[in-house]
Amino acid sequence: MTWAALLALSVVSYALKASGPVLAGGRRLGPGVRQTLDLVAVPLLAALILVQTVGDGHRLVLDARVPALAVAAILVWRRAPFLVVVLAAAATAALLRALA
Amino acid sequence: MPCEAGYRGGMDVAIVRPPGSAVTGAVGIGIAVGVYGISFGVLAVASGLSPAQACVMSMLVFTGASQFAFVGVLAGGGGAVAAMGPAVMLAVRNAAYGLSLTSILPARLRDRALAAHLVIDETTAMARAQSEPDAARRAFLATGVSVWVFWNAGTLAGALLGGGIGDPSTLGLDAMFPAAFLALLAPQLRRPGAPVAAAAGVVIALALVPFAPAGVPIIAALAGVVPGVLTARGVRG
Repeated sequence: MTWAALLALSVVSYALKASGPVLAGGRRLGPGVRQTLDLVAVPLLAALILVQTVGDGHRLVLDARVPALAVAAILVWRRAPFLVVVLAAAATAALLRALA
Repeated sequence: MPCEAGYRGGMDVAIVRPPGSAVTGAVGIGIAVGVYGISFGVLAVASGLSPAQACVMSMLVFTGASQFAFVGVLAGGGGAVAAMGPAVMLAVRNAAYGLSLTSILPARLRDRALAAHLVIDETTAMARAQSEPDAARRAFLATGVSVWVFWNAGTLAGALLGGGIGDPSTLGLDAMFPAAFLALLAPQLRRPGAPVAAAAGVVIALALVPFAPAGVPIIAALAGVVPGVLTARGVRG
């Protein structure tokens, strides 16, 4: 049963990932469609950032992740390198939790 | 390399400044994902999966949030069929990511079909942060391979070693992911309509968190594309 569910989930997961790229094939898309597709990832990633920062199951909470994201935002604004942004956020959260 | 590929301001296809070397970013994200892979392996075995099942799941399902949801339901006493629902809900957003990556994935059907397995949060964010299709394709593949390798190595280690591994959040690793996604989203916000789409997506998702099943708030955020496109069209007249 568990194996069957695992394999079914693998198939569904792959089908979801592949549906767009495989069905659209290598075909050229019109400018309007391209412009829309260019924006698709933006609200999803923005939502993901906030849900990962203040989400806790069905609750919204403010904890060490919030100042960590604020530090990241400042560093992004100051054009710090990617790894600096990411490590500074982790260090901020770790430090605040260690102090708490 | 792709960081010099450049910023050609003014043209709406190339207004995005890539955030540093794709390879460094790819390995950095891979390592963080690998640590979560360890905790996934530990949880999977604790919830009743065999180490082989945990590893096959990471290789074939390969979408972290769904996998955590699946073993979470098992750990709570639910059956494998009941565990499918939340896992699938969390995987639906990959369909939208796949659409947004259509133009940068390899053209040959066989290559596309293989690359599609790597369509997840991390690869989408890295690819979409690049300004040129070639740089985006390289960033996508580098991140995909790196994350796949680290995620599976982590799962194997966690499944075999079992407990005794601390909570990754004491190291602040949970805060790394939103920071990484923010760094990768920021350059995309220069596209016309993107700030509006992002803001709308955030509002929709946060409003739904208290009520909707896990995964749904992020899928629903897709509706933010509509005001984004309308704004972009309005801007251009």
